[in-house]
Amino acid sequence: MRLFTKPLLSSDSSDSAGALEGFYYDNKIVKAFIIVTVIFGVVGMLAGLTAALQLFWPAANMDLPYTTFGRIRPLHTNAIIFAFVGNGMFAGVYYSTQRLLKAPMFSPILSWIHFWGWQTVILSAAITLPLGFTTSKEYAELEWPIDILITLVWVVFAINFIGTLIKRRERHMYVAIWFYIATIVTIAMLHIVNSLEIPVTFFKSYSIYAGVQDALVQWWYGHNAVAFFLTTPILGLMYYFLPKAANRPVYSYKLSIIHFWSLIFLYIWAGPHHLLYTSLPDWAQSLGTVFSIMLIAPSWGGMLNGLLTLRGAWDRVRENPVLKFFVVAVTAYGMSTFEGPMLSLKNVNAISHYTDWTIAHVHIGGLGWNGFMTFGMFYYLVPKMWRTNLYSVKLANMHFWLGTLGIIFYALPLYWAGFTQSLMWKEFTKDGFLAYPNFLETVTQILPMYMARAFGGSLYLTGTLIMVYNLLKTAGSGEFLAHEYDEAPALNKKLKIAGTFHSLLERKPVVFTVLAFIAVFVGGAVEFLPTWLIESNIPTIASVKPYTPLELEGRDIYIREGCNNCHSQMIRPFRSETERYGEYSKSGEFVYDHPFLWGSKRTGPDLHREGGKYPDSWHYNHMLDPTSMSPGSIMPSYPWLFDDSYNTTDIPAKINAMRTIGVPYEEGYENEAVADMEKQAESIANNLAEAKIKVGKDKEIIALISYLQRVGTDIKNDQTALK
Amino acid sequence: MIRNSRASISDVAIYPIISLVIFVSFFVLLGYLVFKADKKYIKHMEELPLQED
Repeated sequence: MRLFTKPLLSSDSSDSAGALEGFYYDNKIVKAFIIVTVIFGVVGMLAGLTAALQLFWPAANMDLPYTTFGRIRPLHTNAIIFAFVGNGMFAGVYYSTQRLLKAPMFSPILSWIHFWGWQTVILSAAITLPLGFTTSKEYAELEWPIDILITLVWVVFAINFIGTLIKRRERHMYVAIWFYIATIVTIAMLHIVNSLEIPVTFFKSYSIYAGVQDALVQWWYGHNAVAFFLTTPILGLMYYFLPKAANRPVYSYKLSIIHFWSLIFLYIWAGPHHLLYTSLPDWAQSLGTVFSIMLIAPSWGGMLNGLLTLRGAWDRVRENPVLKFFVVAVTAYGMSTFEGPMLSLKNVNAISHYTDWTIAHVHIGGLGWNGFMTFGMFYYLVPKMWRTNLYSVKLANMHFWLGTLGIIFYALPLYWAGFTQSLMWKEFTKDGFLAYPNFLETVTQILPMYMARAFGGSLYLTGTLIMVYNLLKTAGSGEFLAHEYDEAPALNKKLKIAGTFHSLLERKPVVFTVLAFIAVFVGGAVEFLPTWLIESNIPTIASVKPYTPLELEGRDIYIREGCNNCHSQMIRPFRSETERYGEYSKSGEFVYDHPFLWGSKRTGPDLHREGGKYPDSWHYNHMLDPTSMSPGSIMPSYPWLFDDSYNTTDIPAKINAMRTIGVPYEEGYENEAVADMEKQAESIANNLAEAKIKVGKDKEIIALISYLQRVGTDIKNDQTALK
Repeated sequence: MIRNSRASISDVAIYPIISLVIFVSFFVLLGYLVFKADKKYIKHMEELPLQED
C-alpha cells in the first residue's frame, strides 16, 4: 500500500553511490549520421522538386520510366522519411542517449553495423524504387528482401540501445529516452505487421492481407510511421536539445510525463482517419476519428512544454539561430497536430481527402517540424563537436528565412489548390448536373498553384544548400573531437531504494519497454482483429471473382508504374462522386486485392469504375500520349509499355502465391495460366486492330488494358450486391 | 488463412465499457502519480540534460 502513502515519483534513488568512473562519448558515429543526413536530405528534396515540376510540366520526367512521377514520388517520400529524418534522428539519438545515460554506446561495432546497414537500406531503395520494384503501400514500398534487412538493422539498433540502458550510470531515464524506447518497439511492430507478404520472386511479393484488411493495416502503419518515426523520436530530441540550446530546464517535467504516456497511448488508434467514407466498417472509422480528436491534448501539451521552455529567454531567440529553428519547428508541430484532428472530422475530411490539402498538411510537419528540428540540432551539434563557433550566423539566419518562406510558399498554394479542386468536384449546376464534369478542368485550374509550390520547394532547398556550405566551413575551421571525456559515479545496482512506482519504472528499462509496448499494442489489436475475424465486417459479393492471369499481370504493371500515387480506386458514397465515377465502392469488391490499391490522392480521377468505360483503343492512345485523348492532361506518357513484353514466366508462381494467401484459383490452374493470358491478349489485340491499331499481343500495354477494363466491373454482373 | 472464422462477437457491448474503464483508470492513475511526484525527483530529472558541459 506504500504506493498510495509515499510520493510515487521520488528522487530517493538519484544517488548512485558507486566509485567515480571516467569514459568517452563516441562522437564519430554522430558525425557519420550527420553527414549522410545532409547528403540524403539534399537528394530527397531534389527528388521532391523533380516530382513537383512534373505536376505542371510532365516532360520533366524526360520520358524515362525511372524518373516518372509514379516512381519518383515514392523515392522522394522514402528518402525524406528514412534517409533524411531517419539519419538525422539517429545522429541526435546517439548524441543525447550517451550523455543522458552517462555511458558510451553499448557496442561501437553495433553502432557501425547500424550505420552501414541503414545506408544499405537507403541505397537499395534508391536503386529499386526507380526501377519499379514496389509493394505500392505508402512509405512501405520497399520489397521483401529490403524489408528483412530493415528488420535486422532495427534489431541491431535496439540491442545497442537497450545495452546502453543496461550499462548506464544515471539511475533514472530522462523523458527523451522514453520517447526513443517507444520509437524502437513500435516501429518494429508496425514494420513487421505491415510488411507480411508472400514472395513471388526476389523483387516481387504480394501483401498477405487483401482489400479492406490491407487498407486498415497499411494506414495503421502509415499513420503510426508519422507518429513513431517522424514524431516521437523528434519529441525526444526536442526534450533534450531545446533545453540545452536555451540553457534552461524544460518548462514542466510533470507535463512531459503525461505528454509521453497519453501520446503513445492515443496515437496508435488514429490510423483509420485515413480511410473515412471508404469501405472500412463504420465503427473503425469512428474509432479513428475519436482518438484523433483526443490527440490534440497530448500534442499541444508537448508543443506548449517546448515553447514555454523559452519563457523569459525569448530575447535569445532573436540572436540564436538554433533557437529560431526550434521555435518554428515546435510551432509547425502545433499547427499540424491541430490540423490533423480537424482533418479527421468526417465533414472536413469529405472536403480535404484526395486533395492537395493533405499534401500541404504533411509538409507543414515535414518541412517545418522535422526539417527545422534537424537543422536546429545540426547548427547546435557541429560547432560543439568540432570545438568551434558557427562559421556564419548571418548565413544561418538567411537559411532560416529562406526555409520559413519556403514553407509558406509551399503550403499556402496547396491549401488553395485543395479547397478549389474539392469545391469544383462537388459543385452542381442548378439543374442538378456536375458543374465540372470533366475532371481535367479541375486540374488545369490549379496548375498555377503547383508552380508556386515548386517555387516554395526550391526556396527551401536553397536554404538547405546554404546550410551545407555553412556547416562545412564550420567543420573546416575547428577540430573534430572524436571521443569526448566525461566521468560519473558507477551505478550501484544492488542499492535498495525507497522509490516507488514510476521511479521504479524509470530504473527498469526492460519493464518500461514492455509497458510501452502494451500501450501501443492494444490499439492496433482492437482495431485490427475484428476486421480480420468477423465476417459481417466485410460482406462478400458472389459475383466478385479473382483476376485473370493477364489482368493480374496488368495490375502488377499498374503497381510498378505507381499509378496509385495519382489515382484512387475508392469511390466514396457522395452524390458528387457517384455522379462522376459511378456506383460507390463496396468492401466486398476488394477481397482478392493483394495489395489494396485505394490510393490517397486524386491528381487524376478515380479509376474504380474505369472498367468498360472507354474502348480499348482509348486506353491505348491515352497511355501513349495522354494529351491526345485529354488535351491539357498532366499525366506522363508511358512509351515503354508499347515496346516491352509482359512477363509470362512468373505467372504460375504468382497464381500459386495468390492461392496460398486465399485467392481461390483452382489447383493446377497455374499450368493453364499462360495459355489463358495469350487468349485474352489476343482478343484485346483484335479489338485494337478493329480500331486500326497494330500492336503485338505480348506487349505490356495489352496486359495493362486488360486490368483497366476489369477494375470495378464485377458488381455489374450482380445487381443484388448494390443493395 | 484463418479469416472470417466467426460471424459476430457475442455481448459486444461489454468491449467499449471495458475500454472506457481501462482508459479512465489509466489517466487517473497517471495524473495521481504525477501530481504526487517528489519535487526533488522532478528537479533532478529536469536538470539531467544540462548536467554536462
